[in-house]
Amino acid sequence: MTNSLITSRTVVLPSKDIDTDQIIPARYLTTTTREGLGEGLFRDLRFDNQDRPIEDFPLNQPEAAGAEILVAGNNFGCGSSREHAPWALLDFGIRVVISTEIADIFRNNSLKNGLLPIVVDEHTHGWLIDNPGAELTVDIAASTLSLPNGTSVEYPIDAFARFCLIEGTDQLGFLRSNLDAIETFEEQRSWTP
Amino acid sequence: MTARTLFDKVWGEHVVVPETDDTPAVLYIDLHLIHEVTTPQAFSLLRDEGLPVRRPDLTLATMDHSTPTTPVRTVGDLEIVGPNAKRQILQMEQNCRDFGIDLLGFDSDSRGIVHVIGPELGATQPGKTIVCGDSHTSTHGAFGALAFGIGTTEIGHVLATQCLLQRKPKTLAVNVDGELSDGVTAKDLILAIIGQIGVNGGTGHVIEYRGSAIEKLGMEARMTICNMSIEAGARAGMIAPDDTTFAYLEGRPRSPAGADWDRAVDRWRTLKTDTGALFDKEVTIDASKLQPMVTFGTNPGMVVGINEPVPETLGDENFNKALRYMQVDAGKPLLDKAVDIVFVGSCTNSRLSDLELTASVLRNNKVADGVRMMIVPGSQQVKRQAEAAGLHKIFEDAGAEWRESGCSMCLGMNGDTVPSGQLSVSTSNRNFEGRQGIGARTILASPATAAAAAVAGRIVDPRAFLRSPV
Repeated sequence: MTNSLITSRTVVLPSKDIDTDQIIPARYLTTTTREGLGEGLFRDLRFDNQDRPIEDFPLNQPEAAGAEILVAGNNFGCGSSREHAPWALLDFGIRVVISTEIADIFRNNSLKNGLLPIVVDEHTHGWLIDNPGAELTVDIAASTLSLPNGTSVEYPIDAFARFCLIEGTDQLGFLRSNLDAIETFEEQRSWTP
Repeated sequence: MTARTLFDKVWGEHVVVPETDDTPAVLYIDLHLIHEVTTPQAFSLLRDEGLPVRRPDLTLATMDHSTPTTPVRTVGDLEIVGPNAKRQILQMEQNCRDFGIDLLGFDSDSRGIVHVIGPELGATQPGKTIVCGDSHTSTHGAFGALAFGIGTTEIGHVLATQCLLQRKPKTLAVNVDGELSDGVTAKDLILAIIGQIGVNGGTGHVIEYRGSAIEKLGMEARMTICNMSIEAGARAGMIAPDDTTFAYLEGRPRSPAGADWDRAVDRWRTLKTDTGALFDKEVTIDASKLQPMVTFGTNPGMVVGINEPVPETLGDENFNKALRYMQVDAGKPLLDKAVDIVFVGSCTNSRLSDLELTASVLRNNKVADGVRMMIVPGSQQVKRQAEAAGLHKIFEDAGAEWRESGCSMCLGMNGDTVPSGQLSVSTSNRNFEGRQGIGARTILASPATAAAAAVAGRIVDPRAFLRSPV
């Protein structure tokens, strides 16, 4: 990612505990690639059992079109470890997810793919939930979120994750740069698996 | 030397490069379990980069998620799961061939759910770091291993380097005192724990389950407990290894043998939390007060005792939405609710002791008219053991379906699904909306509660049905 600023309107899903089965149902997991999963995003919340769009689902409303920031209720992304969840969000056009808590595996998977998980305090979150469509600016380098009234909120992010997001660092390359240390570890450990 | 937790000891033994403020730790992985659903894109990455699998000898593959639970004798038998799942299964066979990985596939007597076969083969051992592209990898923590689920990108990292980049998590002690009463199982205990700490109570933490109630549990019950750690948000759950653990592992195909066995047991005995070691958080639960548990909502933390009323909503819209989806009333117990489907299986409850418990309820009974009951062993070995004990006869005589091993109805991706709107009592781990099929309504319970529901055709207290073990 060369540009560290993301400016977009939000789309809001106020439900708590949105699990990765809801983000992308298991029947979409028979794919062998990572492309095109946006079709399955929130599939059973976006469409009824006749494949007709469910009109009052926030992502189906006209003003949600093009929104790159998803605001969701507490504990977003819990459950299954499927990386298909961030792949589906990114394929749909979402680049940032904001909640008061984001599940561990989903957060890791997101950061590996350039989807930014942001945890904010309850006060900020409450305002975001109450103001769908608000235009926000995320400054990845500064780890801040700017609200329309000019308030800037700092959010926590692991330093290495931020570095990788900005520089587009290949984490596998970083791991492989430690191969000598890995070999030494294998030679010197007191037992072998 | 400072007192350390079990987790601290296992973590510390696997740090290749320590973490700093700027970079996470490089953590060595002793066992990488892989399956067909979360690996294809990781193998593609290796091909794109021209990299080999660095330690195929520490990698073990099987197929469980998208596989049918009807017999597979030819490639044509795969048609039942659809063209995409078939392609994925064939891709897995190709990837394992190309990269030199042991695959316990359709031609293997050892095939099964990845979290059932790891322990069964003795590949799961105390003190190991174990990962798999599956959140229920926490199961293996029952042996005092540090075991957690990872995503597909991380699978690629482990395939290529046998290591992961990780920040050290915090620790949470779940102290379980007292003794489970008759008819109350490990499944009921873990559901009660999740109900108490919440579906996010363990986020960022590794749980250690400890206390007299845990020490009394057999290995299969301990696996049920650790399996559902992720349902409390914790990536890993651990139980200190003891004589029960060693007795389970001795003589298994991949367990150490001879002098190596004695050395391993000596090392494993050191893997317990030192007196005075501190956890970041602690909770305590009294096992003796528990009754059989059933979930009433759409996450595993929405759970009550079988005779307790569903809590009042208190105006919580998430809560109301879950009750509407489940067609459940606040203020009333779930007792007497009519069920359509009963599923006994999954990495949570598909081992021999789970099937024995199921059989003890089903023996000389019939599955109620209008109820479909499906019993899916966790592995082909469990299937053979159950059949050697005659359990399959009890199941079939009762009118239940007895299948080949696999993840089956735990998640709707292999042909075994719950039809929309139907109510399922399931021994699996997730009652999420649509998890078992579009519009499926799931009540999580123990094998005893599930089997009793199958016989009664409605939710009942299983304790009236339990007979002496078969």
